[in-house]
Amino acid sequence: MHFQYVFDNFASLFIGGLVFGSVYALIALGYTMVYGVLQLINFAHSEVFMFGTFATVWALWLIGADATTMGVALVLSIAFAMVASMITSGGVALLLERVAYRPLLKRGAPRLIALISAIGASFVLSEAMGLRGAIASALGLSDTLGRYVARSRENLGMPTDRTTTVQFELFGYGVTNVNIIVVVSAVLMMVAADQFIRRTRTGRGIRAVAQDPETASLMGVNSTRVIQITFLIGGMLAGAAATLYMLHIGATRYNAGFLLGVKAFTAAVLGGIGNLRGALVGGLVLGVAEGLGAGLFGNEWRHVVAFVLLILILLFRPTGLLGESLGKARA
Amino acid sequence: MSETTTTRPAARMSWASSLRSSLGSRLRRTPRWAQFLLMVALALFCYLLPLLEPPVISTPGTDFGAVLFTVSIYVLVAVGLNIVVGYAGLLDLGYVGFYAIGAYTVGVLTSHHATWPWLLSLPAALVVTMISGVLLGWPTLRVRGDYLAIVTLGFGEIVRLTLINSEWLGDARGISSIPAPPSLPLFEIPHLDWSTGVPLVDFSDTTTFIEFGVTDPVPFYWLALTLVILVLLADKRIKNSRVGRSWEATREDEDAAELMGVPTFRFKLLAFALGAFVGGIAGSMFATRQTFINPESFTLLISILFLSAVVLGGQGNRWGAVIGAIVVAYLPERFRGFEQWRVLVFGIALMLLAIYRPQGLLPPRRTVRAQRMEEESQALEVGEADPDAELATAGPVARNPVDDAPVPPDEERSPRG
Amino acid sequence: MAEVIQQPSMNPASAPEPLLSMNDVTLRFGGVTALDGVSFHIDRGEILGLIGPNGAGKTTAFNVMTGIYRPTSGSVTFDGGSTARLKRYQIAKRGIARTFQNIRLFKAMTVLENVMVGADAQHRTGPISALLGLPLHRREEAAGREIAHDLLDFVGVRGRADELAGNLSYGDQRRLEIARAMATQPQLLCLDEPAAGFNPSEKQALMELIRSIRDRGLTVLLIEHDMRLVMGAVDRVVVLEFGRKIADGTPSQVQNDPGVIAAYLGVDDDEIADEDGEGSDAS
Repeated sequence: MHFQYVFDNFASLFIGGLVFGSVYALIALGYTMVYGVLQLINFAHSEVFMFGTFATVWALWLIGADATTMGVALVLSIAFAMVASMITSGGVALLLERVAYRPLLKRGAPRLIALISAIGASFVLSEAMGLRGAIASALGLSDTLGRYVARSRENLGMPTDRTTTVQFELFGYGVTNVNIIVVVSAVLMMVAADQFIRRTRTGRGIRAVAQDPETASLMGVNSTRVIQITFLIGGMLAGAAATLYMLHIGATRYNAGFLLGVKAFTAAVLGGIGNLRGALVGGLVLGVAEGLGAGLFGNEWRHVVAFVLLILILLFRPTGLLGESLGKARA
Repeated sequence: MSETTTTRPAARMSWASSLRSSLGSRLRRTPRWAQFLLMVALALFCYLLPLLEPPVISTPGTDFGAVLFTVSIYVLVAVGLNIVVGYAGLLDLGYVGFYAIGAYTVGVLTSHHATWPWLLSLPAALVVTMISGVLLGWPTLRVRGDYLAIVTLGFGEIVRLTLINSEWLGDARGISSIPAPPSLPLFEIPHLDWSTGVPLVDFSDTTTFIEFGVTDPVPFYWLALTLVILVLLADKRIKNSRVGRSWEATREDEDAAELMGVPTFRFKLLAFALGAFVGGIAGSMFATRQTFINPESFTLLISILFLSAVVLGGQGNRWGAVIGAIVVAYLPERFRGFEQWRVLVFGIALMLLAIYRPQGLLPPRRTVRAQRMEEESQALEVGEADPDAELATAGPVARNPVDDAPVPPDEERSPRG
Repeated sequence: MAEVIQQPSMNPASAPEPLLSMNDVTLRFGGVTALDGVSFHIDRGEILGLIGPNGAGKTTAFNVMTGIYRPTSGSVTFDGGSTARLKRYQIAKRGIARTFQNIRLFKAMTVLENVMVGADAQHRTGPISALLGLPLHRREEAAGREIAHDLLDFVGVRGRADELAGNLSYGDQRRLEIARAMATQPQLLCLDEPAAGFNPSEKQALMELIRSIRDRGLTVLLIEHDMRLVMGAVDRVVVLEFGRKIADGTPSQVQNDPGVIAAYLGVDDDEIADEDGEGSDAS
């Protein structure tokens, strides 16, 4: 236990945790929204995120952005990559809903069966990414797709320049431009999602279905459409998280989703699954707890801290810090 | 947890399961002594399998005995996990944790920190895994069904990460030189050689009865197979008792079970402990045969493969679990080129099964029986079944997506004689 | 095995102490008061009807008796002891069995197994004795099987023991629930609208069945919507309205009670499912 270390580096562990936490929070929104509407754990949401990380890199390749891209061009490239990532992840999420969930929900299958289907989908998505080289060569497309399918089991790095500059000092910790971009964009997106759910007609529909699907459908809410939109929004947020993650971490691989997914799910449960603001709180708390835990026990125990936290929450406060309430959102 | 009801008796019967059920009913009509003889013959055949090395079944390129050993370990695991998932309806995604604890206990006691004799380390490993099952179950079995899945997933990962990070457990390098069980070499048994197309007794390729060496996996397979048979017998007895009924009642409707006098928590805990126990047996056998273990062998992926075996075979049916395990463990070994696709294929299988056949390839016998009765009455109501119905409903696209009926009646209309 | 069901003969006349009594039971969920100081008792060997309009707290009262809810204040005494510290399965073992308004069978188990689960309530077989096939296990299996067959005959679900419970007809499912509850060998059998969805002749047959259950020595508590049906079958009636008891007496006394008449005026019989007890924990 390195108390002295934690004490000396509190600001850096804390702020580093916040940065990670805001990525968790963005992914957590997807878990929380789907859970709020369908009461099921979208186990494959982690792969929706993973597809976003790949889409980010591929989009940058596509427009030829590389380590020499600087200034406004870099900002525009990243913005383009983020849009591409959001579209990809949103699309994957919609596909997931169509293929893995809707057929089950139509039959009113038990939740555990839906979870099994989700687990299957999760492995299919990550393996499809991991086998993209093999799939391409089976289809005879290896040459056409070139580097997009090469070395499919290995790490894929961000092509653009990742040097960060310290913008200002906060309690002795140099906050970098990337730190700011990650936290600010994450919070902005979450506020937008929150407002969307609270203020728009579609958002009302989502809340209505979350609260009482039968009554909602009697009142003319198209629940299939609401579920689709929920998946789409969750997927797009995960896509945005993916680009931010790539800015922050710089590399991804076909199985990068799993760990992030479990962390984000933990964040969702921590804040109160089904509760949008809870996802934000949960993500930030988890990020900070993990940062401090890693400082305290050593970095190799970082993930264990998150898993233990998850188990403790489910045992002692399964409704989370803010309670479960997508349908019961105060609005 | 009351929503975790499984095994809906709906969904079509495929030709395979109808064949099976007619086979099953014929089997049930045979007298008990004949059934017993049949089982003995089957067991005997399984024991002889690695010596016979029959073509087609046998695995070119890999040692057939080693493959059979792996298969029997998977069967053990699947039967154990079936108690937890199939009977008691508790989705456990961290089962590999118990497997790892069993393996590591043997490793630690016989090699890494002590030099216990193997025969003593085995019961110790089983006690340790059982205790770990209770320790995990005691606090967690109170949480909701799908939360339980995530908690157990967390448990499995914590076990693995602890193994990697803990110096005391050999960190990422693991534990090596785990001793073999005591040998009692009595005589040599020759294998068959099929290389000429006809079976020839090959005296240059023999297995010593019974010597647990590094080179010959066959004695390990025999040991594992014996354990499989013992576990299956125990499973049958416990399932057909108050214990098994209480598990199923809890799975079907926990509140109703409790109000009918079933101490559901106690029985869920028992299912967890017994499941862990069997997982521990499998884990310690794995460690013994491998002689070295490291955390790589105990990933979430392995948990999911175990779960695929149970779901694939049919939750709640021990023979389903056996068949599922054989499919999951054997096919990739038989078709080696297929290996890299294995996870993808099992992922697809999980999805397809969940959607089209949630009860698995081999659902519990009575589900099949009830289904057949339902089908017959359906056929009477609908009239002559459309001979194309089976084909038409077989493909994923043929299913009518706007069909809102909870149990579409046309699905049970498969044409059967 | 009819004698197994028979309780150690309790002559209603010679047993002044009631089998069960609700003592000033109040139950609140947040701001909602589901039961408000309800007191009544059930005598040994009687058929007591519990009636009241929808949302009056009838099922909630059941749920308090069987341990699903703990009263906010007040107590339940059963067979001479308080149930406050007992878990739900212990209450079942002590002798309160129930059926459910919306049928809750173990659908993927066979009819016989459903009833045997009930019979298991009085059994002690654990994994060890089952594994070793000890005499205890074999004795209990045989006894459970016999009780189950006997009860299936008794309630009139014959020749379908090996079918899945979920495949029975609606009426048979209701009767199976009664058999399952009776298999726990209760002293008090609580039936929650057992006649719901039945046609008049089925209802009549059910009332016959309930009377013969009483003749087997059981005490019956019956929730029923159909006033006429209740009045013809029960010995005594307790009427609830808005979580309070408004009447308690013989059917004829209660029928002429102005408060009861007022409570039932304008109340439809074919309303949506009675939701008392359920709606309160949802929000």
